[in-house]
Amino acid sequence: MSEKTLTRMDLSEAVFREVGLSRNESATLVESVLQHMSDSLVKGEQVKISSFGTFSVRDKAARVGRNPKTGEEVPILPRRVLTFRPSHLMKERVAAGNKA
Amino acid sequence: MIRSELVQKIADENPHLYQRDVERIVSTIFDEIIEAMARGDRVELRGFGAFSVKKRDARVGRNPRTGDSVQVEEKHVPFFKTGKLLRDRLNGKE
Repeated sequence: MSEKTLTRMDLSEAVFREVGLSRNESATLVESVLQHMSDSLVKGEQVKISSFGTFSVRDKAARVGRNPKTGEEVPILPRRVLTFRPSHLMKERVAAGNKA
Repeated sequence: MIRSELVQKIADENPHLYQRDVERIVSTIFDEIIEAMARGDRVELRGFGAFSVKKRDARVGRNPRTGDSVQVEEKHVPFFKTGKLLRDRLNGKE
């Protein structure tokens, strides 16, 4: 396994390569895609990208947690969390690509 | 929001681009993430989240219908961790 880490830069480089826009505009577009997805999730919407996966927002109830080091009880407030469910295609490609 | 609505929003903001180019831009971004994970790489998008690959060890599973035990092979699965900024925004901390 190569274990590289890709960033926004690599995604905009791919857009630059594939679509032929300037590097600058490619970077701006990558940013707007992430921005629109975030804004939609913050509104509580589900973001469903076919053949990629689904991001959904879930409400978590308050509960009593514990500091694992001190054993002290700490209240955990109700909060919203994001979950991602990968598409079949993504699961298949990830499983096939990383097969020993 | 679904993929086509995302494409529409980007198209509306970029009237100088053809719709089909916007579709290619959006597909390129998502395909690139999948390809990276298929190679075992991570994709870290600060503020949004990080996509990575997790290994699931081989195990003895059970056929829920018959109760027979079956050998399940080691496999790799996609994983997403929400970024701090987005997590905070979801909880009203801007």
